[in-house]
Amino acid sequence: MKVPVSWLQDFVDITLPISELAEKLTFSGLEVEDLEYIGIASPFQEGIKGTSLAWDRDKIFVAQLVETLPHPNADRLKIVRVEYGRGEPVQMVTGAPNIQIGDAGQKVVLALEGSRLYDGHKEGREIMTLKKSKIRGVESSSMVCSEKELGISEEHEGIIILPADAPVGTPLADYLGDVVLDIKINPNFARAQSVLGVARQIAALTGQAVRLPQHWNTQEVGAPKTDFVSIEIADPKLCPRFSALLIRNVEIKSSPYWMQVRLLRAGMRPINNVVDITNYVMLGYGKPLHAFDYDALVARANGNAPTIHVRPAREGETMQTLDGQMRAFSAHDILVTDAQGPVGIGGIMGGSETEVSDNTKNVLLESAIFDFISIRRTTQEQKLPSEAATRFGRGIPSSQNVAPARLAADLMRQLANGSVHPALADNYPLPQMVPTIHVTTHEVKRILGIELAPTEIERILQSLDFEINEASADALRVTPPDYRTDVDGADDVLEEIISIHGYDKIPSTLIADALPPLKGNDALEQEEAARDVLVDAGLQEIVTLSFTYPAHEASLRPTSNSETGSPQDFPLPARPYVEIANPISPERSVLRQTLLPNMLDIAASNLRYANRAAFFEIGNVFLTRRAGENDSRELPEDQAFSLPLEPRRLAIILTGPRARATWQPADTTPMDFFDLKGIVEDMLAGLHVRDADFTPIAHPMLFPGRAAALCIGDSTVGVFGELHPLVRANWALPEHAVLVGEFDLDAILARTDARFIVKPISRYPVIVQDIAVLVDEQVEAARVQALIVQTGGALLNSVKLFDVYRGAPLPSGKKSLAYTLTFQALDHVLSDVEAGKLREKIVRRLEREVGAELRSG
Amino acid sequence: MNESAHELQARALAQLDSIWDNAQLNAWRIEYIGRKGAVNTLFEQINTLPKEERGAFGKTANEVKTTLENAFHAREGAIKQRELSEALEAEPLDVTLPGRRPARGRIHPATQTLREIYKIFGEMGFQVYRTRQVETDLVNFQLLNIPEHHPARDNWSTFYVAGSDQRVLLRPHTSPGQIRVMRENFPNPIRAILPGLCYRYEQISARYEIQFNQVEGLVVGHHITFGDLKGTLTEFARRMFGERPVRFYADHFPFTEPSAQMDVKCIICEGAGCALCKYTGWLEILGSGMVHPTVLRNGGYDPDVWSGFAFGMGPERITMLKHGITDIRYFWGNDLRFLEQF
Ligand SMILES: [Zn+2]
Repeated sequence: MKVPVSWLQDFVDITLPISELAEKLTFSGLEVEDLEYIGIASPFQEGIKGTSLAWDRDKIFVAQLVETLPHPNADRLKIVRVEYGRGEPVQMVTGAPNIQIGDAGQKVVLALEGSRLYDGHKEGREIMTLKKSKIRGVESSSMVCSEKELGISEEHEGIIILPADAPVGTPLADYLGDVVLDIKINPNFARAQSVLGVARQIAALTGQAVRLPQHWNTQEVGAPKTDFVSIEIADPKLCPRFSALLIRNVEIKSSPYWMQVRLLRAGMRPINNVVDITNYVMLGYGKPLHAFDYDALVARANGNAPTIHVRPAREGETMQTLDGQMRAFSAHDILVTDAQGPVGIGGIMGGSETEVSDNTKNVLLESAIFDFISIRRTTQEQKLPSEAATRFGRGIPSSQNVAPARLAADLMRQLANGSVHPALADNYPLPQMVPTIHVTTHEVKRILGIELAPTEIERILQSLDFEINEASADALRVTPPDYRTDVDGADDVLEEIISIHGYDKIPSTLIADALPPLKGNDALEQEEAARDVLVDAGLQEIVTLSFTYPAHEASLRPTSNSETGSPQDFPLPARPYVEIANPISPERSVLRQTLLPNMLDIAASNLRYANRAAFFEIGNVFLTRRAGENDSRELPEDQAFSLPLEPRRLAIILTGPRARATWQPADTTPMDFFDLKGIVEDMLAGLHVRDADFTPIAHPMLFPGRAAALCIGDSTVGVFGELHPLVRANWALPEHAVLVGEFDLDAILARTDARFIVKPISRYPVIVQDIAVLVDEQVEAARVQALIVQTGGALLNSVKLFDVYRGAPLPSGKKSLAYTLTFQALDHVLSDVEAGKLREKIVRRLEREVGAELRSG
Repeated sequence: MNESAHELQARALAQLDSIWDNAQLNAWRIEYIGRKGAVNTLFEQINTLPKEERGAFGKTANEVKTTLENAFHAREGAIKQRELSEALEAEPLDVTLPGRRPARGRIHPATQTLREIYKIFGEMGFQVYRTRQVETDLVNFQLLNIPEHHPARDNWSTFYVAGSDQRVLLRPHTSPGQIRVMRENFPNPIRAILPGLCYRYEQISARYEIQFNQVEGLVVGHHITFGDLKGTLTEFARRMFGERPVRFYADHFPFTEPSAQMDVKCIICEGAGCALCKYTGWLEILGSGMVHPTVLRNGGYDPDVWSGFAFGMGPERITMLKHGITDIRYFWGNDLRFLEQF
């Protein structure tokens, strides 16, 4: 909300430098988001936000036209002579279309040679300095200015004509200079949605009283039925008060310059005097008003005094609003109607048929209060945001209904020559509640942590116009001012106290309360441990969006005909999506069921300039619940909704050379299945997960024969392998192996063993022996290894596979597996004979169980 | 063998004098002082000598042996010394060549800041809780003292879940976690932080993302005051941003009253005014306040005997302030050129 300081000064003295005032307001809850300096120097350097050109005090003045003469050499140009109370009148050339040859007496803005102004002929705001010059042979070193040249608006069609009472010779900065505060109004500051409201806060902060208009606090009440209008209200909750005044014989014209300037600075465009007055009263005093063409209402009532009926819309009812749009309404919209139907949407916009036009003679001025929730809903549905709707949408007290209307009517008398009918039409079925609140010094101490004397509390609350009904040594009974509806409990009053007392005056303390029982968060600590292990394995953590779209996740399948998800195809989507009702874009329409697609996007975008990607992500997926699936942390209130499960997943993507190329030899062959498997093994070892093993699987997303499942105990907790080439093509990734894996992180972390037992280290020498066995291709290495380990028993310290060989001279369909066996005993020196026997036993076992042949010893 | 012991010694020493490599030195050792070397041969001659000469000969032979052995060790040492000097004078490396850097990954900057926050609050006795991201309107708004159609709702541009009639939503803040934590912990006092992803319907720009982390804090106890709020958050700011002034002033959140904004003195200009702090000299860090009585009650705690404070902050914003990042889209863009700087 824009608040000109010059307007604030109507209500309160500005006793502080502007930047200090802005800080005080901000600290008290009215955040000043921006400061616009108009024509006066800002404390900030020019060119940054919140500053503008300062009008030179000794060069730019309010001046008066002495005469306007034709230019001898140009038809379009004129020579003007202007006086500004110092010496001889100044002569210059102008092309302004809004002064004519022969004009004299108009008040204008004079800029002398050397003035800094915005260049009126250039786009945007470019500063120039007025130099001595001749225009078509006539000396012209000064200038009469347009609004654009002064930075007041973009208007450059003609020069500014100031009001007749503008004081000639006054520096323009003193006459029109201003600072506009741009204030963010939080919902608890509905009372500050006007210049007066902000002035009240300034008064409280600086120990002043506001200057109110005459009779402002008179609570005038009228009758619903008058000789010019009758007012009926269907539901007092929707419209607690509706008042109207009649102003006769108005003269519709432009509003005066001072009012136009104020409206513009507050961010509204001037229209005509009657409309401008309603806007002026709204901006200045916070009460939206609406002006009807009274004769149009009378015509609709067949020449009789109209009856205004405020009621919920009937389903399907329509009206053309004054923006020319035909609108349909539903039962929760509040309409202002007459016998013929709607004439306005309550608090939001009037109908076009009864709007004030250039021909309007008599005005019916409406001032009403509408239910703010209904107003908000209608505003959103009809997409009709406005200054009025914003104010109504935050709530306006019914007690503030008539005085602003009286003020507006009086302005119409002054500025539109209207005559105000003395009667007030007023239907007020639901009087405003005025709460009484009990505040104790104990509560102040308990919540704010400070000791405040009741007299101090009293002083603060009185500065905010609270009424003190009763005061004792340790308690007060208070009533908030009638212009506020946001204060109804002691907690609200505490907030008022601290905002005036000052947040900075509350001493900082350390929590003295007992420490709650500490439980730790194992799930988080393990997750962080997993991150560390993966980072140590050389992976970069990434975090992608939780949003995706179904086709994106479906791209994890090589062909579109294998759509239906099967639970075995983890992590491919197998459930209905959690769908967003109001997505930001079609690509962000649902919540993800798998981490991989967004990660593949990130890999693809990085691979445009990098040749390697090694990423992991730990994040949630969102799974709509199936019957019988429970959320152990559910609240009773959640049970009506079947909220989705949000399990944690881990996913990994690897592609590109194994090592980065450097000036020294490095292994830059593309990473393959075993690079990913090694990382998975490393992670399991690092997290001390027991009983994990790997099984070959067929998976639609993965390259046949290069895919494995990670199993812990008897459950599958993840799949990984080389991405199917057709899936890789869906992401247009480079044509070498892309390794991907996705894992159920909750299931893995549930199996970590924090108290794993350390094996003792032997002091005795080791015996190392190699064996190579020939087996059929189909025999899995893991099985051979398991047999060796099992047979070797406690004395077999380690088994390392060091070679896998296929090809000549081996027969086809066979492979050779070579192992280094390390034997060692914990309690004695192992003899060659003992080791030899064990080795023999292992070979026999392999021969027997997998048909192995010993190749060499 | 008619060469005298002294002649042998002279020959051996003369030969040794020109030896500067270990192989030759070894050969010399074998030739003269080895098991079958010339010195031992000398001793073998003793038996062939007349008895009265044996003593003198033996003595001389022993002297020769000692002399040659000492000369051997001396030369051995000299060779080592010379080798070392030569090694040290070898062609130097170009130490400006890049080193072999181990392949390592990095933690995402958002996670790094989250960890820092966990650590600071952890040391103050706060526990980390995580609660769900898909929330109900009831817990996310109504139980937090934000009724339907309340004007305060304008502050949260919310994504709703289709088919729920706006009753299920993606949480636009971590505050609903306050209700869940209170329900889980009643009747114990609470000191918790609630981190996690939140979502808002925003036009994505350098300043706004539709997804962001937030860290909520909640303290509930029997004697918790606004002074405790200031003390705790001031300590957090000191740990996070170093020794610099902080300030608290009025703000508004429906679920706290009174509410306060906390700023720290700008970390770039130290208060003089710069683009980062928009020429205010201060950076907005977090919102906070005393838990609203209605919220305490909805969490199961009687506001007449319990009080508490809550706060919320954005780890990405804190990361941006600390590292001069001007575009929030960097975080989920995951460009390696960004990530590898952390
Ligand atoms: Zn700064």
